[in-house]
Amino acid sequence: MFQPESEAMPREQLEQVQLDRLNALLARVYDRVPLYREKFDDAGVRPHVETLADLADVPFTVKDDMRANYPYGMFAADRRDIVRVHASSGTTGQITVVGYTERDIHNWADLMARTLACAGANADDIVQVAYGYGLFTGGLGVHYGSERLGCLTIPISGGNTRRQVQVLSDFDVTVLACTPSYSLLVAETAEEMGIDPRSLPLRIGVFGAEPWSENMRVQIEERLGIRAIDIYGLSEVLGPGVASECVEQCGLHVNEDHFLIEILDPQTLRPVPDGQPGEVVFTTLTKEGIPVIRYRTRDISRIIPGQCACGRTLRRIERITGRTDDMIIVRGVNVFPSQIEQVLTGIAGVAPHYQVVLGKRGSMDTVEVHVEVAPDLAFDEVRELEALQRTVRGEIASALAVSIDVKLVEPRSIERSEGKARRVVDLRDTEGA
Amino acid sequence: MLEQLSVFLENHPGRLAHLCRTLGDAGVNMRALMVADTQEFGVVRIICDRPQAGKAALESAGFGVSVAEVVGVEVPDKPGGLADVLEALGEDDVNVEYAYCFIEPGMTGAVDVLKVDDGRASEVLESAGYRVLRPEDLYVPDDDG
Ligand SMILES: [Zn+2]
Repeated sequence: MFQPESEAMPREQLEQVQLDRLNALLARVYDRVPLYREKFDDAGVRPHVETLADLADVPFTVKDDMRANYPYGMFAADRRDIVRVHASSGTTGQITVVGYTERDIHNWADLMARTLACAGANADDIVQVAYGYGLFTGGLGVHYGSERLGCLTIPISGGNTRRQVQVLSDFDVTVLACTPSYSLLVAETAEEMGIDPRSLPLRIGVFGAEPWSENMRVQIEERLGIRAIDIYGLSEVLGPGVASECVEQCGLHVNEDHFLIEILDPQTLRPVPDGQPGEVVFTTLTKEGIPVIRYRTRDISRIIPGQCACGRTLRRIERITGRTDDMIIVRGVNVFPSQIEQVLTGIAGVAPHYQVVLGKRGSMDTVEVHVEVAPDLAFDEVRELEALQRTVRGEIASALAVSIDVKLVEPRSIERSEGKARRVVDLRDTEGA
Repeated sequence: MLEQLSVFLENHPGRLAHLCRTLGDAGVNMRALMVADTQEFGVVRIICDRPQAGKAALESAGFGVSVAEVVGVEVPDKPGGLADVLEALGEDDVNVEYAYCFIEPGMTGAVDVLKVDDGRASEVLESAGYRVLRPEDLYVPDDDG
């Protein structure tokens, strides 16, 4: 561990640290950021809490707040104390800007050093940072952490895959940091260049900035001969360094001394019990430049209950399984269709393409999941296909915690627009009760 | 062994016609077609003269298709002909998963297609005196490999 005193802090002590930091933060943003003062006053909330649970009364922050206050409106530090900005471009094209003080940059480097150490790296490692450098937080975020850990750091940035492979090979690189999909392109390019990626000293991949599946992890680990580690972060909260997997690879430890995490029911916005999926909400406890209070990420995950074998006391979240925009409610249960894809990638004979069709039988919601059989048709007997159908039905039902029907459909028959399938068809209103 | 195309089809009107038209447009001639189905879907099994060309045509039309190895055996055209074949296999504990027949011009009997999970089937049938079909008995040799 890079900072064992924080990463393995007893929970009780950690919660006290969180409470103290939270109160200092609330007072500071109330004082310095007009948006928060307004929100708190409108909600009749004082910038002080007695317990961490009292945070539930504090108003949320959303991405639109950041857009509306572009570029500097949400900064909580004086302009002259801001030493860096990063920005992210949303799908709408409008960018959101985040600012960092010198101390923010220092903390960020510590958190990324934690992340790399968590992935199994140490000062002997040679780290190739193939995330983009620039306004995007990925490149510089990993870069500072790698240097802080004492690694030899190669700031190659993204792109030019043949050169990436050349450097990977010539410099005896042991850690590759990039997006998971790019790592597969690196593997493919290496093979094209006659270099077996498995024969290289490369041993760890630190992958984030896009959602990926367990299936993809297996593929990456096999093709590159490495351990592939999932990291999570978003620029509104920090950038990379918010949460990361350890070598146990069962969930991402959240750096809770810096980020207070809540998992909320996206409908009621009340906390869900540990283990249940919901929307991830962060409050930054230590950031000075642009702290956020209860920032709704729209990402779906869940707390993994129990202790990790690595000794960290920081709680773990499951890899991000979807976005709140995808959520549907069936018989009162929140269902995240993206979980279906995860189930399907683990079943031979079907493709990870599906469509959820919601209907009504009497007053009961019905769920029929259409699943494409694999194009190479692994089974040619009706009873085998029926067994496949039962397996898929059982596994999806247990993942979603609602009973469903499964219909096997022909390959490539589920309508796709711009490469993305329309995942949910809701016929409940049109059919009548 | 013969190559049989197995195609997954949803039970929609016109799907089977579309499948046959796709093969026809590719110049693939069917010898036999058998459908096994449930209420929702079916598996269509096809013996044709150019199985690889047929597979390629069906795949590019978006069908889910696989090639299964099956045994084709010539069965005498008389009552109990097929029963004799199945008994011969049963005596050697060769299990038949499914079977169907077709008539091939120029042959004295019918051709029975057997899906077996046992590599010994051809051998068992030949030693019982049956003629087991070779690919060249059915396939157009040109562009298929
Ligand atoms: Zn751990």
